[in-house]
Amino acid sequence: MSSVASATLPVVANNLTKHFPTSGGAPFVAVDGIDFQIEPGETFSLLGPNGAGKSSTMKMVSTVSPITSGSLRVLGLDPVADGPNIRRRMGVVPQEDLLDAELTVVENLVIYARYFGLSWAAARAKAVELLDFAQLTERRDDKVDPLSGGMKRRLTIARSLVNDPELVLLDEPTTGLDPQARHLLWERLYRLKEQGVTLLLTTHYMDEAEQLADRLVIMDGGRIVGEGSPSELIARHVTREVLELRFPSAADGSRQRPDGLDGHGFRIESLPDRVLVYTDDGEAALTHFADRGVHPSGSLIRRSTLEDVFLAVTGRTLNE
Amino acid sequence: MTVTTTPNLGGVRHFLEHQFVRYRRTWSSTLITSVLFPVFFLLAVGFGLGSQIDDTSSLGTSDYASFIGPGVLAGVATLQAGGLSLWPTLGAIKWQGDYQAALSTPLTTAALVVGHITWIGFRVTVSATVYLAVLAAFGVVASWWALLAPFAAFLVAAAVAGPLSAWSAAQEGDDTFGPISRLGLTPLFLFSGAFFPLAQLPDVVAWVSMVFPVWHGVELTRGLINGTIGAAPAAGHALALLAWATIGAALSLRSFTRRLAA
Repeated sequence: MSSVASATLPVVANNLTKHFPTSGGAPFVAVDGIDFQIEPGETFSLLGPNGAGKSSTMKMVSTVSPITSGSLRVLGLDPVADGPNIRRRMGVVPQEDLLDAELTVVENLVIYARYFGLSWAAARAKAVELLDFAQLTERRDDKVDPLSGGMKRRLTIARSLVNDPELVLLDEPTTGLDPQARHLLWERLYRLKEQGVTLLLTTHYMDEAEQLADRLVIMDGGRIVGEGSPSELIARHVTREVLELRFPSAADGSRQRPDGLDGHGFRIESLPDRVLVYTDDGEAALTHFADRGVHPSGSLIRRSTLEDVFLAVTGRTLNE
Repeated sequence: MTVTTTPNLGGVRHFLEHQFVRYRRTWSSTLITSVLFPVFFLLAVGFGLGSQIDDTSSLGTSDYASFIGPGVLAGVATLQAGGLSLWPTLGAIKWQGDYQAALSTPLTTAALVVGHITWIGFRVTVSATVYLAVLAAFGVVASWWALLAPFAAFLVAAAVAGPLSAWSAAQEGDDTFGPISRLGLTPLFLFSGAFFPLAQLPDVVAWVSMVFPVWHGVELTRGLINGTIGAAPAAGHALALLAWATIGAALSLRSFTRRLAA
């Protein structure tokens, strides 16, 4: 890769690896030689279950955690040698918010902006602008604790924008939020995207990745097991539609796969509560089975999602 | 491209500002507590118990209150710095996560450690300054050199805050903090020469006491407030405290880095 091209990219990771020492001796491999690069202005997502290595990757990109081996460039700089200069141009939205409970909503923004070298006047002006963005103007002088989870998360996102960052990292931005709060948050993130801010987000919600990501990598066990846009990944790994079939449960609660499903040319996945049949035409497949004496107690035809991609690539469901 | 290899301490000021904004809401209640505590020692032990002491020739001061009042300043600085180093450090790192958030800004871990210790020093210095005014009001201050006593309290606080913050930052819970306070810092205060001269102690105990910051602080503040210390011993005590602060800060940097940037 030419250094001229990679210098302009927000993030470039080559064979990026992170080990953590353990008391047992052999180190724990959190990230196992991953490659990815993020283009300016795109929303890039790391999708995977808990423990896949997403947060460790984020910590390396955010310059908090030194890399073990491989290479990593963030905004064209080396995160180990040049952390402060990278952080000057980056915003970070941690999973736990980490707001200052002793301060008011507006103070959280002003004080944080000061760390980036804004004058008091500029910091106050920025706080007013971001309170509006986060729809928190009416709560500006409240303490942080009484805010709802969604409000706290919006304040955390506002805080990450005090320095007009080129790149914003969001670690599980909507985990723990109710559906309404999630949609409001997604809408705010769309606005950032429209402004040309590059977003890197981790999530274990496939709908979140589908909603927001231009491109994503699927991580499992510290490795990347799939990469592309949501539609590319679906086209590459699964069929257009999925026929979900439910059958009366077995007495022992085991995965069930009634006779007569195999041998029809469909890829079939059995889950504890249902059977997934991958097909480009769910209606036709359902008729096909009915004609051959397979009678489920319930059926559903839906579009394939990234959840199906994850299942196809890893053999497991995302939240298993 | 600029590569920063030297410790960048530019963020210390912003860290201190942040703490100051927080402190604005709570300063009065915490200050009253931290000043009344040594005043009680001054009244009960200095004047109360002191009234029963006729011969102060072995103390080197005119009366007992002039001996214990200034010494207690350094002793209480030790206890206050200990309290501010143990629970709040682990809290900021583990329970509230304030320090992780601060490290997502251009602030470096080195600047965070310097700011953290400086802030504890500032808090102790404020208490010491008010207490010094109380000493002056009771006629215990005998020299203009006393104006340097708050600075000595700052050194004591930094000497205590460095190693104890390093310890705290490496812990998962606060179960050792109570014992460190009650069985570590309190006896060091009691046997630091604040209440009676170290010469009264068995040599071994006296030597142990002379290693720790409290004794250096007690000698320095007593000498300054009574105007009885020479330049060389004063510099020696200040250097000993500075050495504790420097080594402690280095240990804190290691501890903070392991905890916050692994």
